[in-house]
Amino acid sequence: MNLHEYQAKQLFSEYGIPILPGKVASSVEEATANARALGGTAWLVKAQVHAGGRGKAGGVKFCKTPADAKEKAAAILGMQIKGLTVEQVLVTVAADIGSEAYVGIIVDRATKKPVFMVSAAGGIDIEEVAATTPEKILYVPVDVRYGLPTYDAMRMGFFLYPDVKLARGAAKIMQQLYAAFMASGCSLAEINPLVVTPQGELVAVDGKMVIDDNELDRRPEIAALRDERSEEPSEVDARNANLTFIKLDGNVGCVVNGAGLAMATMDLVKYYGGEPANFLDIGGSSNPEKVVNALRIITADPNVKAILFNIFGGITRTDDVANGIVTATRANPLKVPIVIRLTGTNEEIAMKILQENGFTASSDMDTAVQQAVALAQGGK
Amino acid sequence: MSVFIDKNTKLVIQGITGRDGSFHAKQMMEYGTQVVAGVTPGKGGQTFEGTVPIFNTVMDAVQATGANTSVIYVPPPFAADAIMEAAAAGVSLIVCITEGVPVLDMTKVYPFVKERGVRLIGPNCPGLITPGESKVGIIPGRICTPGPVGVVSRSGTLTYEVVYQLTRAGIGQTTCAGIGGDPINGTNFIDCLAAFEKDPHTKAIAMMGEIGGTDEQEAAAYIKEHMTKPVVGFIAGQTAPPGRRMGHAGAIISGSSGTAAEKLEAFAAAGMGIAKRPIDFVELIKARL
Repeated sequence: MNLHEYQAKQLFSEYGIPILPGKVASSVEEATANARALGGTAWLVKAQVHAGGRGKAGGVKFCKTPADAKEKAAAILGMQIKGLTVEQVLVTVAADIGSEAYVGIIVDRATKKPVFMVSAAGGIDIEEVAATTPEKILYVPVDVRYGLPTYDAMRMGFFLYPDVKLARGAAKIMQQLYAAFMASGCSLAEINPLVVTPQGELVAVDGKMVIDDNELDRRPEIAALRDERSEEPSEVDARNANLTFIKLDGNVGCVVNGAGLAMATMDLVKYYGGEPANFLDIGGSSNPEKVVNALRIITADPNVKAILFNIFGGITRTDDVANGIVTATRANPLKVPIVIRLTGTNEEIAMKILQENGFTASSDMDTAVQQAVALAQGGK
Repeated sequence: MSVFIDKNTKLVIQGITGRDGSFHAKQMMEYGTQVVAGVTPGKGGQTFEGTVPIFNTVMDAVQATGANTSVIYVPPPFAADAIMEAAAAGVSLIVCITEGVPVLDMTKVYPFVKERGVRLIGPNCPGLITPGESKVGIIPGRICTPGPVGVVSRSGTLTYEVVYQLTRAGIGQTTCAGIGGDPINGTNFIDCLAAFEKDPHTKAIAMMGEIGGTDEQEAAAYIKEHMTKPVVGFIAGQTAPPGRRMGHAGAIISGSSGTAAEKLEAFAAAGMGIAKRPIDFVELIKARL
């Protein structure tokens, strides 16, 4: 789960990391009022969406009067960034910027540890820095049993700043960021940029946090930060039904059990010249209700011209899936053709249920995918 | 012959009285696995299905029965502790089936098991099966048959698909290993490839990877350097849009690394056979046996 910038910075602040005063707004009036309430002489109005490159897309604007803030907020609220509508803006006091550094921490698959990445060349082009001048980034893995020791934090501090006072300040911020990362169940946390003001003070100007979805059950206060307005509605619907669903642009609606097989099914649709309309994993449990929900979500997409079920029953009982198909289509008759591939646990019972209700099913994946692609393209 | 498990495997099941644990305990017993003990705190002294003794702790179970392998079916919040408990109790192999274990929990568990020299498979995996001898986990027994192919995979149902296609074509397996799709898992492709290389009965290997991470690329480099046996590979997620999570926490494309194209390139550079579809394994493996 992604947090918005204002949420991440609020958490940073709770762990002692210096941030600039700011307030989130959902309307133009609120944005203007925020600028007035914050005081100062210059502000930033920043789009709060789960997309990178906000600045480049015109979602971050500088303004010098509350009236100007109103105008900028009016331009940003409602705009589209990478397909997402901006519903909220953060109004913050603008800082004078002396230098910009990058400080990030991510769970690294290779070392199997949280790893810090820091660079004095922070700001919006950090990806390019990583790609073209990797020597400008210092990587420091952390053994979670000991936490981030001061000597490692200081090593990173001196990598960013030759001045011992700044190095110490940065080291403290890294330890605070590490504490926030661990306590919030993050898979990623970053400060970009970490700014040194002309007065020599360190401040986290922008921040990002990604929470491991598996942590949310035991961290209700973090789970409550989820902003469903900023997500694709069908994906929210699917998550609430315990399905993993990602909407794509094609016309073959796919219902599969297991993530690997679901991806392989999408690949096979493409292999036979079709385009998948979605990734949908109904998971391992046997529950006809899941199938009903899956069909409802898929048929809500007007692009879908054919539906493909690919079920390999292990834990999943294929007769439960067959019952789900029958129940769902009885309540809401399908307007598009359906191709069913079922094999595995209770396959004979499933086939019988389907036949008695006027469906045909095959046990071969390639045959089923080819049929679905042909049907989606208007063939037989 | 086989890798990791065989007919001498003595299994303790953590979470044997739970919904999933009890169902799969029966399946494993029917398959012929030596299930010597179960663990459910508070139910020590009872028996499962009238034959398998239940203990309060893994330590008690190991001391009383000599179990050398553990399989874990406990819910995600307790899985990390269950793994450490098994490692501390002295089993040499732990298979963790549980899906949804927080990755930060695994950053603590991983060094704990490594320092004790214990092999961990998973979490979030279907486990192991050595056809005709032993099954530890949830891979359906009837889709497997004994034979010369080692199977290793990051996914569950995709493993079943490939194994099913192989078995239908009359090609059996030494051992099938589902290593799981989480960002931090106990055993990677290289561990399994090394084991299959050493196993005299394995003549060829089928390997199913996914987008995300660099495990497959590292495995390809290992194959090029160290393997004498032929390996056929597949990558799921060739058409997945970048940056989107596809169910497995592991299947995230980060930056330029982890794409299907990059992994397939590494496979080609290692001289591996490349299956474009699951069904292609059949012909590619046949040609290499």
